[in-house]
Amino acid sequence: MVDKLIHILLLLTMPPLLLGIINKTKAWFAGRNGPPVLQAYYDIIKLMRKGMVISRTTTWVFIAGPIVTLATVLLAGMLMPISRFNAPISFAGDLILFAYLFGLARFFTTAAALDTGSPFEGMGAAREVTFACLSEPALFFTLLVLAKVSGSLTLNNMLHCPAGAFSVAMAAPLVLVSIGLFIVLLAETCRIPVDDPNTHLELTMIHEVMVLDHSGPLFGIILYSASMKLFILGAVLLHIISPFQTKTIWMNWPLFIMEMFGLAIVIGIVESVMARLRMRHIPYLLISALLFCGFGFILLVRYYQ
Amino acid sequence: MPLDLIIIAIFLAAASGLPGLFLPRRTVWGQRIAVFMMCGSSIFGLAGVALALGVNQSRTIIFPWPAAGNSIIGIDALSAFFLVPVFLMSGLGSIYGLGYWPQLRHIRNSRKLQLFWGLLTAGMSLLVISRHAMAFLFGWEVMALAAFFLVTTEDQKDEARRAGWIYIIATHIGTLTLFGLFAMWRWATGSYDLKPVVGDAISLCVMNVLFFLSLLGFGLKAGMMPFHFWLPGAHAAAPSHISAMLSGIVLKMGIYGLVRFLSLLPDPPYMWGGLIILLGAVSGLLGVVFAIAQHDLKRLLAYHSVENVGIILMGLGLAMLGRSAGQPKWIVLGLACCLLHTWNHSLFKSLLFLSAGSVVHNVHTRNIDSLGGLAKTMPWTAAMFAIGAVAICGLPPLNGFVSELFVYMGLLGAVITNESLVSVIAVPVLAMIGALALACFVKVFGAVFLGNPRSAATANAHESPISMRIPMIVLAACCVIIGLAPVLLPPVLDGTISGWTIDSNLRALSIGDVAPLKAVSLMSILLVVLIISIAVFMRQNYRVSRCVGTWDCGYSASSSRIQYTASSFAQMIAGMFRWVLRPRTHRPRIEGLFPKPAKMYSHTDDLILDRAIMPAGRGFEKLFGWFRRFQQGITQQYLLYILITVILMMSTMIPFKEFITRLFAR
Repeated sequence: MVDKLIHILLLLTMPPLLLGIINKTKAWFAGRNGPPVLQAYYDIIKLMRKGMVISRTTTWVFIAGPIVTLATVLLAGMLMPISRFNAPISFAGDLILFAYLFGLARFFTTAAALDTGSPFEGMGAAREVTFACLSEPALFFTLLVLAKVSGSLTLNNMLHCPAGAFSVAMAAPLVLVSIGLFIVLLAETCRIPVDDPNTHLELTMIHEVMVLDHSGPLFGIILYSASMKLFILGAVLLHIISPFQTKTIWMNWPLFIMEMFGLAIVIGIVESVMARLRMRHIPYLLISALLFCGFGFILLVRYYQ
Repeated sequence: MPLDLIIIAIFLAAASGLPGLFLPRRTVWGQRIAVFMMCGSSIFGLAGVALALGVNQSRTIIFPWPAAGNSIIGIDALSAFFLVPVFLMSGLGSIYGLGYWPQLRHIRNSRKLQLFWGLLTAGMSLLVISRHAMAFLFGWEVMALAAFFLVTTEDQKDEARRAGWIYIIATHIGTLTLFGLFAMWRWATGSYDLKPVVGDAISLCVMNVLFFLSLLGFGLKAGMMPFHFWLPGAHAAAPSHISAMLSGIVLKMGIYGLVRFLSLLPDPPYMWGGLIILLGAVSGLLGVVFAIAQHDLKRLLAYHSVENVGIILMGLGLAMLGRSAGQPKWIVLGLACCLLHTWNHSLFKSLLFLSAGSVVHNVHTRNIDSLGGLAKTMPWTAAMFAIGAVAICGLPPLNGFVSELFVYMGLLGAVITNESLVSVIAVPVLAMIGALALACFVKVFGAVFLGNPRSAATANAHESPISMRIPMIVLAACCVIIGLAPVLLPPVLDGTISGWTIDSNLRALSIGDVAPLKAVSLMSILLVVLIISIAVFMRQNYRVSRCVGTWDCGYSASSSRIQYTASSFAQMIAGMFRWVLRPRTHRPRIEGLFPKPAKMYSHTDDLILDRAIMPAGRGFEKLFGWFRRFQQGITQQYLLYILITVILMMSTMIPFKEFITRLFAR
């Protein structure tokens, strides 16, 4: 029970901190001081106190976008086991609901972007749905590998198992899958090299440009749910790449938090050392993620036979 | 009792168009009587079906039919399951017709439409309850011909006539295949009765022939990928409630035929299930890819039927694999997906076609790129279309998610037990289909209902009458109910699934045991509650402080044409799939410092119809061109042919053999 409460508490409070760490890492690489680590919290609180300015063109869909996104991300966070602790909600087949919840969020985010009638936002929405067509199969290949390794269709067992059943033969497919999943994570959470969360140059953007017309509390919700999505997908990845546990059960919480910080720093490093890819080349990156996951699966099947 | 109710419903439906024929053209009463009778038929039919659903004892009536032995009709859970959408949609569609196709505005063809609408319903119900090959074919032909007259309702239009001819040729190739199938069936089993074959009464070779004939014959009707070529044209050209009926219900008769016929054959080989999954994956992927490239709202929806039939076939294939492998879990999950997606697709596809019809009715164009901003003028239609769009993308918390969950769980289960590699390909393909469908429906919903209107007609649109809104609301409510409360499904699905095979250990397994229906219901409700509570929280704490124009980068003279169009939205995906879409693009050449106004258009032809069948047809025409010399319309020539034929026939009487032996005998 306490673990579930900690889970919910972490899910609700920790995500914006990751943004702060990523930005701090980037600033350190650039030789700047950078904004405070808690800047994302200040931003969200400030936005929640502001008024809403919305476009005359919009309808209910525009407001539904952020609201549905927040609800789906919260629910996905409930399905997601953290560290060695079980998820608050778990049932056979929850992995499919987990993946499709993000689909629902995508439907309403992109529809809300089109609702403004702005060409920029249409452009962002088109890119978002197009790239999802490649990252979605990659995500499902990952889930396929995890299901095969663990022999289960429950996220709890699937994600805890790589730790338990870690053998050298499993390592190769899991390494390939985690590379693929890392690329999917960068694409889904709109980081460099797929998208640049800093610039507002509309012609090159995906996520930032879709939410150009959202302001005040709606934009605060968007920022918050985007960071939560990063937290959730990061937690999935951590299960695969770092299946370490300590003997003292409660110590796993601080361990997980440290690991999460580590992941945020890695993302920050990736963002610092790479440039954003040209828009034409992003599908190639995503196809490579798909191939990584696919090859991981083939290796796994060969091992079993 | 259930069977009697359904027979009453069939007669009511078949007769519903007749009174109108005897009434004057310029009166509303013909249509009103027809609608009244169709609603009656729906109520009787649904009552009968409700009594028969879940109860898996088939009651049969035998009536003598001298030409083909005794004909049998009967109802079991499977028939009842497929009758539900038929009777639901026939009633709702006729109500929709009151607003969409009123007699006084369509004096020329309204009576014809009502007559064949009733006959279509009657034909479909008859084929679903028949247990005899001849009665089945009778119902099949009534359905096929009635659908032809419905597709060509507006036979003054070139487009409708062309679509109608392609449709009738395709459907008759299917019927011909079915003739072959049932002749073979009679030869193999010794009777026209459609009863399960026990043990190894038929050899594997004959079973394979039967399987491929049924796949071709029923697949043509269901719109499976290589045989879908007649579908987009026919469904786009018909009036919208007829498109809804054709896409939502008539296609499902092909699925019914396949499900029913495969249940009769014992011990299927592995290859069948694998092939069906593969065909399903191809249909699903290419169906949605072609849908994305369309500019015509109804053509786009029609291609999505190909996609959904693909998902249904994936479920059926998984069930067949389960039968081959002796895995009851796969059978239950696969067949549950196949059946439930059949229902779901008839619900949300009809809903989408009806709301598309509501748009076409007001704006008089099907071109997506000239619509826009209709959510403000037609709020009901927009909301209904949004529900249909979320449902067809298979997203929670609506019904499409439930059936896709079944097939995902079955396929993943098959991967875990390491028995079938086909399902390995199927899982990522299904994920990709989902993402592409989402892209397509965001495009349509955004371009048609959101943003600013792109034409004057669109700007002046108004909401459709109540008679058109009620059917949409009923269908949307069904989508929501199935999505929020899939716990209600086991009583309906279990009887149907356990009756499908004669396998006894299947009886013990319920869909509730193998799929997390309770959890999904809870999660869906939780999701809805969460969304509503966040919305209420926002509403109570925040107010819109100012309404301004959309951010335009300081360029204030923008017009509605600056918006991202549906074509540009789909451009990247269409580019990724250029190898299969092969769009025809007409690009203007832009020269000089001040180029003249120019136009650019692109069109995506159908892969099979325009790239394979039409060129092949023209090739044959050229090849046999010399044959025309014999066909010149001169009576004397034909008399000469007859004379030559007679001489040739008489020449068979000449004892050549004896002649030759005598000649060389000496």
